[in-house]
Amino acid sequence: MMQAEYRAPTSVDEAVGLMAGSGGKGRVLAGGTDLLVQMRAGMQVPGLIVDVKRIAEMTSIVQQDGDWRIGAAVSGAEIHDHAGLRAAWPGVVEAINLIGSKQVQGRASAGGNLCNASPAADSVPALVAAGAVATVQGPNGRRAVPVEQIPAGPGRTSLAPGEIVVSLTLPARPKGSGDAYLRLIPRTEMDIAVVGCGVNLTLSGHNCVAARVALGAVAPTVLLVEAAAKALIGSTLDPASLEAAAAACRAACKPIDDKRGTIVYRTKIAGVLLKRAVAIAAQRAGKH
Amino acid sequence: MSAQRYKWVGTRQNRPDGADKVTGRARFAADFNLPGELVGKVLRSPHAHANIRSIDTTAAARLPGVKAIVTGADFPEQPDQLLPAGEMQVNLRDVTRNIMAKEKALYEGHAVAAVAATTAAVAAEALSLIKVDYEILPHVIDVREAMKDNAPVLHAHMRTEGVKPAPDKPSNIAKRLEFAKGDADAGFAQAEVVIEREFTTEPVHQGYIEPHAALASASEDGQVQLWTTTQGHFQVRGFCCRLLDLETAQLRVTPSEIGGGFGGKTVVYLEPLAIRLSQRAGRPVKMVMSREEVMRASGPTSGGHVKVKLGARKDGSIVAADVTVALQAGAFAGSPVGPSCMCSLACYDIDNIRVVGFDVVSNRPKVAAYRAPGAPISAWAVESVVDMLAQELGIDPIDLRLKNAAKQGTKTHYGASFGVIGLVETLEAAKNSPHYRAPVKPGHARGVAAGFWFNVGADSSAAAQVGEDGTVTIISGNPDIGGSRASLALMAAEELGIDYNKVRPIVADTASIGFNFVTGGSRVTFATGLAVINATRDAISQLKARAAKIWEVDVEGVVWEEGEARPSSTNVGKFEPLSLAKLAASASRTGGPINGHAQLNAQGAGPGFGVHIVDLKVDMDTGIVTIDRYTAVQDVGTAIHPSYVEGQLQGGAVQGIGWALNEEYIYDKQGRLQNPGFLDYRMPVASDLPMIETVLVEVPNPTHPYGVRGVGEVPIIPPMAAIGSAIARATGVRMLDLPMSPPRLSAAIDAATPAMAAE
Ligand SMILES: Cc1cc2nc3c(=O)[nH]c(=O)nc-3n(C[C@H](O)[C@H](O)[C@H](O)COP(=O)(O)OP(=O)(O)OC[C@H]3O[C@@H](n4cnc5c(N)ncnc54)[C@H](O)[C@@H]3O)c2cc1C
Repeated sequence: MMQAEYRAPTSVDEAVGLMAGSGGKGRVLAGGTDLLVQMRAGMQVPGLIVDVKRIAEMTSIVQQDGDWRIGAAVSGAEIHDHAGLRAAWPGVVEAINLIGSKQVQGRASAGGNLCNASPAADSVPALVAAGAVATVQGPNGRRAVPVEQIPAGPGRTSLAPGEIVVSLTLPARPKGSGDAYLRLIPRTEMDIAVVGCGVNLTLSGHNCVAARVALGAVAPTVLLVEAAAKALIGSTLDPASLEAAAAACRAACKPIDDKRGTIVYRTKIAGVLLKRAVAIAAQRAGKH
Repeated sequence: MSAQRYKWVGTRQNRPDGADKVTGRARFAADFNLPGELVGKVLRSPHAHANIRSIDTTAAARLPGVKAIVTGADFPEQPDQLLPAGEMQVNLRDVTRNIMAKEKALYEGHAVAAVAATTAAVAAEALSLIKVDYEILPHVIDVREAMKDNAPVLHAHMRTEGVKPAPDKPSNIAKRLEFAKGDADAGFAQAEVVIEREFTTEPVHQGYIEPHAALASASEDGQVQLWTTTQGHFQVRGFCCRLLDLETAQLRVTPSEIGGGFGGKTVVYLEPLAIRLSQRAGRPVKMVMSREEVMRASGPTSGGHVKVKLGARKDGSIVAADVTVALQAGAFAGSPVGPSCMCSLACYDIDNIRVVGFDVVSNRPKVAAYRAPGAPISAWAVESVVDMLAQELGIDPIDLRLKNAAKQGTKTHYGASFGVIGLVETLEAAKNSPHYRAPVKPGHARGVAAGFWFNVGADSSAAAQVGEDGTVTIISGNPDIGGSRASLALMAAEELGIDYNKVRPIVADTASIGFNFVTGGSRVTFATGLAVINATRDAISQLKARAAKIWEVDVEGVVWEEGEARPSSTNVGKFEPLSLAKLAASASRTGGPINGHAQLNAQGAGPGFGVHIVDLKVDMDTGIVTIDRYTAVQDVGTAIHPSYVEGQLQGGAVQGIGWALNEEYIYDKQGRLQNPGFLDYRMPVASDLPMIETVLVEVPNPTHPYGVRGVGEVPIIPPMAAIGSAIARATGVRMLDLPMSPPRLSAAIDAATPAMAAE
């Protein structure tokens, strides 16, 4: 394999400094389940690897005023074991926990999933539906960026040179809220989403008063489907509204035919998963 | 069951290779290393079809650390001559071109050059410095496209064999063959129901976990040693000697433990290259394929196109059958179309049969054997139509098969007549199985299918060496893929009458035991088992002779019972029995070491039949199939080691499930493989499957002392049609094309139910 320098800073400032000084050759290492695989395949040849797993802010989960702040490098296994987060955001947690296998879960992070910028990344539609906001730090300081604005295309992000994602914040939401994520894969494990769908709802009685819907693997980036949310908000999630939301999802799809699915199939499944995810989210919302 | 008849045969002992495998001590091919070894790597064609105008290796040769470079020119031309390779036939002219292209690259991934260098990085850089001047040609991937008159021709010299008059134009159809019994047309005239459909299958890879790997060391005096992962190191020796002009005594091949083969490791890829590079470099050369190279350059089994027409009477008796099978051979002639044709209807006693086959080349890797080569492809089609007949006639699918089942004396369409076979017993066992007797769960559906494989015998050698303390080493020469060492040791222990753990089986290299044909054709426990039994009996007869000598009696006066020599009767005299340990201890005083030997060409392999039952559920919105329950029933002759027999049935069923539901090669427009890895070449994962239940039916093979039949291949034959039939019963849609993947099944369901498509 190729030679690369390895550094493991203990603060975000230090990490940003290393990245900024690497002349574009630096790569952040979180769990490495994408980065190391890509390096072995010769797709990435970094000159500097900045391991962020020793930075407290990036490896902790904190609750503050109803918001949940998840360090970008927290592993799926730690998220799984966090009862409070699991109860508050079951859809986000199940999406992160779908990544890979038990072994992969021990390493893989939501920050890595987001910054790898795969259109099929499992946690991203759930984070987008949740309205998650990324805290980004770079040479020019910190900024808050809605998660859906981070991916710019397959394998590309909107992060400026030297910028890293520090954490992801899930905003407080009212009682009666629930979220869900579903993906379709041809097998039951160890596969990449043909379509992924995240739904986040707030119910007041039987009425849907707030909704966010996101789709993965049907376009170059994860999509926030506002038309689908609109079809749900103000409805009782009756069949006609569900069908309207499903139709909005199908209309939003701009997929490709490839080894993982056809255009026809992906488009159809986007509607199917929307309905199924809404049912789960609504059931969870009813319990809160 | 056999367990009561025998002390060791039929019991479930620990496998002799088990401890090493679970502790990681076992050495697979990539685990072998030698001092000073070089790394060998292969340059592969990026084009599906191209003339090679020239190859310039000068820049690569100048790179420091590069020790040898070879191209097609480094391998001598070979005669147009067929050789058996496992269950397949290969042509030497083609084999040398498959390991290293000469005038043409015939598929993406085709080897065009190889280098040996001091490190992997240098070797990789050297590959990038080799300049190949390609003239890209139009290519053809699909079998039916390749058969068309205007298809790009792969081999200008190829004329379709088996057609009269002999064609004068080149074609991608290498061969046409035909089998007939009775009069098919007259048979159809008697039929009251006729069903005809066309089916396709995709090529599927054996998916062995261990990629191909080889380590070669050539000495200055011409001797060569080779360590490799293979199903047949004698075959490897034979191929390498012919391809490299070596004498067999000069080349010693040691097989590693093998991480799966399923037929795919009966041919050579890296071995001749590693030897040639080692000869050129004067140092050992190790080569290991990546998974991507395995997928792009090693042989899967054929994809096929199968047309089936069956005619039956209303009572269910099948009176006529017409089957046409066209199989992809890959880049060189030699698909398993023969066995595919022969197995297609072997389960049934039908008076009027016509079967036609075509062997077709296209721009894909040359196919290799895969469990019961060819049989699953034709069975998928025939068994699906048998199920349609059952539905049409309102007859239980097992009853319909019982009504038409082949029996002892049934004459097949390929000429042979069956001896003692167990299809009827297997069908009855399936019918009486807990699975078939259980009601189908709501929302689920059930499918059934049958399968047949010949099984083979062929050449085997074995030795039984009695150690000084009376323990016994059993030496044979078949790489152990499925637990055969355990089965061989069980039969030896049974013969010797000693504890199984006092018998240690090993797999010897080509210089340490006589010739053994490949581990293939489900032959090892049968044929090599016979050699082991005979070698053990040879040792026993020597042991009896030693006892006779000690007792000073005729050898006829000695019997071998429970691990000791005993006088055959009181007339012989009163002697304390002599145990194996005692006789071994005194061997040097009674005539020297005691070693038994045997070599044979085993005849009378017992054919195998299997019947599979599956219950599954279809998600009508997504086309996803969930297997809920699966049972494999099979006539296994005698289960020498039942756990490993069950393992064969389970493994075959699982590979068949992958074949049925997801596995396929996906090519782009340039003929480049898009899914050369296990992420997108979707074999089943554990969570996709229920525990595969098994029912072992034992109809002993009368030509083997313990009644052994091969068991390893039959279980991959029925799954596709069993699953397709269950899907048809669940959805009302009969799938004709494999794989029945979610997008395809979903599209088929939507096409059949327009209301859902509009949703
Ligand atoms: C066997 C296997 C199965 C998988 N299955 C799935 C699956 O089911 N679903 C799925 O979505 N993915 C899957 N993946 C992909 C991968 O596991 C996920 O994308 C995972 O979330 C990546 O996280 P990581 O911490 O390992 O990222 P890393 O590999 O460490 O990083 C990924 C990329 O993001 C960059 N990066 C990481 N953290 C930051 C940060 N804080 N700021 C800026 N850039 C950063 C890295 O430089 C790198 O380019 C699988 C991978 C494997 C090997």
